[in-house]
Amino acid sequence: MPAPGKLRDLIRTIRAARTAADERSVISKECASIRDSFREEDNDFRCRNVAKLLYIHMLGYPAHFGQLECLKLIASPKFTDKRIGYLGAMLLLDERQDVHLLVTNSLKNDLSHTNQFVVGLALCSLGNICSQEMSRDLAGEVEKLLKSTNSYLRKKAALCAVRIVRKVPELMEVFVPTTRSLLTERNHGVLVCGVSLVTEMCRVNPETLSHFRRHVPTLVKTLKNLVMSGYSPEHDVSGISDPFIQVKVLRLLRMLGKDEESVSEQMNDVLAQVATNTETSKNVGNAILYETVLTIMDTKSESGLRVLAINILGRFLLNNDKNIRYVALNTLLKTVHADYNAVQRHRTTILDCLKDPDISIRRRAMELSFALINASNIRGMMKELLTFLVKTDVEFKSYVTSNIFLAAEKHSPNKRWHIDTMMKVLTTAGNFVRDDTVPSLIHLVSTSSELQGYAVQRLFKAMQNDISQQPLVQVGSWCCGEYGDQLFVESEEDEALNLTENDVLDVLESILYSTHSTPTTKEYALTAVMKLSTRFTVTMERIKNIINQFEVNMDVELQQRGVEFGSLFKNHDSMRSALLEKMPVMESKLAPEPVTNGEVSTQPTPPTQPVIETKEVVVEQKPPKQASETLLDLLGGGSQPEPTLAPVQPPAPAASSGGDLLDLLGGLDLGSTNAGPPPMNMMAPSPAVPNLLDGGGLLNPAGGGMQAPLQMNHEQIAPQNQNQDFSSGFPSMTAFENNGLKVTFAFDKAPGNHVVSIMVTATNSLAIPMTDFVFQAAVPKTFQLQLQSPSGNIVPPNNSGTVNQEVKVANPQQQPLRMRLKLMYKVNGAPVNEQGEVNSFPPGL
Amino acid sequence: MVVNVKDSMITTSVEATLSTRDDRRQGKLRLQKWYTASSQKEKKKITRDLITTVLARKPKMCSFLEYKDMKVVYKRYASLYFCVGVEKDDNELLTLEIIHRYVELLDKYFGSVCELDIIFNFEKAYFMLDELILGGEIQETSKKNVLKAISAQDLLQEESELRSALEEMGLA
Repeated sequence: MPAPGKLRDLIRTIRAARTAADERSVISKECASIRDSFREEDNDFRCRNVAKLLYIHMLGYPAHFGQLECLKLIASPKFTDKRIGYLGAMLLLDERQDVHLLVTNSLKNDLSHTNQFVVGLALCSLGNICSQEMSRDLAGEVEKLLKSTNSYLRKKAALCAVRIVRKVPELMEVFVPTTRSLLTERNHGVLVCGVSLVTEMCRVNPETLSHFRRHVPTLVKTLKNLVMSGYSPEHDVSGISDPFIQVKVLRLLRMLGKDEESVSEQMNDVLAQVATNTETSKNVGNAILYETVLTIMDTKSESGLRVLAINILGRFLLNNDKNIRYVALNTLLKTVHADYNAVQRHRTTILDCLKDPDISIRRRAMELSFALINASNIRGMMKELLTFLVKTDVEFKSYVTSNIFLAAEKHSPNKRWHIDTMMKVLTTAGNFVRDDTVPSLIHLVSTSSELQGYAVQRLFKAMQNDISQQPLVQVGSWCCGEYGDQLFVESEEDEALNLTENDVLDVLESILYSTHSTPTTKEYALTAVMKLSTRFTVTMERIKNIINQFEVNMDVELQQRGVEFGSLFKNHDSMRSALLEKMPVMESKLAPEPVTNGEVSTQPTPPTQPVIETKEVVVEQKPPKQASETLLDLLGGGSQPEPTLAPVQPPAPAASSGGDLLDLLGGLDLGSTNAGPPPMNMMAPSPAVPNLLDGGGLLNPAGGGMQAPLQMNHEQIAPQNQNQDFSSGFPSMTAFENNGLKVTFAFDKAPGNHVVSIMVTATNSLAIPMTDFVFQAAVPKTFQLQLQSPSGNIVPPNNSGTVNQEVKVANPQQQPLRMRLKLMYKVNGAPVNEQGEVNSFPPGL
Repeated sequence: MVVNVKDSMITTSVEATLSTRDDRRQGKLRLQKWYTASSQKEKKKITRDLITTVLARKPKMCSFLEYKDMKVVYKRYASLYFCVGVEKDDNELLTLEIIHRYVELLDKYFGSVCELDIIFNFEKAYFMLDELILGGEIQETSKKNVLKAISAQDLLQEESELRSALEEMGLA
């Protein structure tokens, strides 16, 4: 047999082939002769043949019959044979091949070869194609090489270990002991591979993170040395010292510092150094900054650093280089949850990126834009996104439509805007919306009775222009059927449509006969026509005609409707109008409509506690005593001059040390002139604040009751309470929440009044009731506090009921209110004491 | 002309695609290296998809593409495109540096490399890649060390060729 041609000649011949058929015939002839040669066990030319086969393989032709020959080459003593053999093994085999057993043996031999390059070839192949079985068989050899003094072999062994750990995580133990010396290695190749190995271990098994956290100082030092070191030609890339290691170390630090306050603290300095000292005129500098920003944002870095990071992204966003802009958008998307407001600042730039000619950038900008929508910017954002929807690529349309709907549901300022937005989407990209859009828009229209006329007119107008958008036509038809009578009502702002009944039927009929219409759409339209028979007056004959035609339709569903509707006309005409009444409002399967769906009120959400129960009035007769007692208790005994629970107040003047802590409630000793009011007369005013209760018309409308005994005061309060509703003014708040007990405050305050009523509501989410419940409160001395008696002392389990108690606070100096709480109750007989402080009262109380 | 370099981290398949733009040979694969296991059919489909998408992109566009669950970083050098598939959270900018490093190495090795060098010496281009990247991770950050390892192995190869030639002539 003649010697086979050279590889070079084969490549030339193949390149000279004029047609694909020529090429195929050259290759099949060559493959045939290669097979022959393999069969003859020709050792001399095996290497050349395998090389040819690799070229043929790259052109996309089958070359699997060369696999075994690669193994034979690997077993050959010649270096050339081994080199090509291993190359072939990496290209032709992958980990799923069963020839692996054979490879494993050759690899084992070569891993202990005396020549480092032979060992290197074996390690390289192992690192690229090793399977689970090979990992188990060869982990020991790799570990030995990982300890070698030869850095050429150590780095390759480290990357083999990466592959092995990835394939068989439990083999990690074998390599953990060697990692320490890898991380302190001076050779850059070994170091970069060592960092990769540790990173992979942390990724595969997060439990090892705590083990590797002790190496953070080493990594920080490495990074610092790279940043601060002068020019080193061997590892320099455009003025930056070994960016490959820098990025790897930054990434590992990110994993180690995630959610770890103390670890993150160790990195603050070096991160700041990298962020400020990296030269950014070239891509490589930006690559490092990008990694640094991610590390800062993902760990518990100090706030100054985070600001720095966001600013870097801001600069990235304005960069002329498209790649940098892409990276900026990508990173902002990742950090938007962490620092929403900072990202918000770049909104305009991000919206501009929606118009970028590059699809990669547009996609990122689009995702980011949706993440930035909130109730305050939704109108502006939606305008941009609707424009984007018109022009955008087909592949984005359904993403955009469904996200617009989600955002509108969540943040729409009012229903009319919501309906408008949905209609705009349906008219521009109707065929790309999700299936549930039609029912959800119908639901929206049917629940907002005041907008039905508006909606049906708008929808009808849209249908007059275009009946090809199926979802739009379906909603439109449905609305025409239900609210057809409102089509002719003059609307205030739109120019009148000046429709006749025939115009409406024209459109519906065109839908019924359009080739664009799906059967479902036709069903909607046919039902609409039928419904109109009770809403229209002069076109009855025409409607009957249309219905008639469908009694013989090929679509069984349409025919069914046609026949049923027809017989309604013929045989049951008396029932027709009752049957074709408006549909009842659709019950949404979703949770109750979000609050924001309605009109956004200018007032904050009203408190949830509407009216005080009447029974409270009954018990209210006896509270003073109770209030004073519990407070004494709360404040830790009457002998103390100053309530311990209210440290915010100024030291009590000696005068009040008479010991009655009722001061807290009633002693308005602002001027220290109070000589100690009679204990029971809590409301007795001190001369310094004569008009406290006066101003509080709520408590004492007559204004003359200032000196009246407390008892009487309460009688005056009581009847008023009945009419009070706690729905005006201030949002309610959660004052305390722990161990299943939740205490909320709802406020009421008449304008210009110094007295605020706080309705305290306690609920219990545990499965067992809380008994002997006592709520106590203390306020600074500049306030006055009055506790009414509670509605009960048992808080029912599972949030099935509440205990209510009214607290009145007088605030003559209009200072910000603060309050300390003490809560005592028993669960299963075991007493629980809780304390809390409330500082976040709504302003203006 | 795809080098399928699968870079760093788990299932990353970093692929570097080299492709020519001359009409008749446009979109030919010159090198490919895969670091994740996938079937021949899958590999062909990915390669075909990437070649079409990358060639369709305009020069002013950014170097990144999203393809399935990975990101493709590509860069054009003369008539060749180098494409690398990386994981979603890999550093795209640094991937560009890795591509550049590879091209620099080829350039040093061949002396002003051109597409024909890579076509006729494809095995050498693979050897170079195997000294720069192993299992999808970068293994050497010094150009000098990579070139040193390659030339030492070339020398070893020559010696073994020489010895076998001598043996054939009965001289050794």
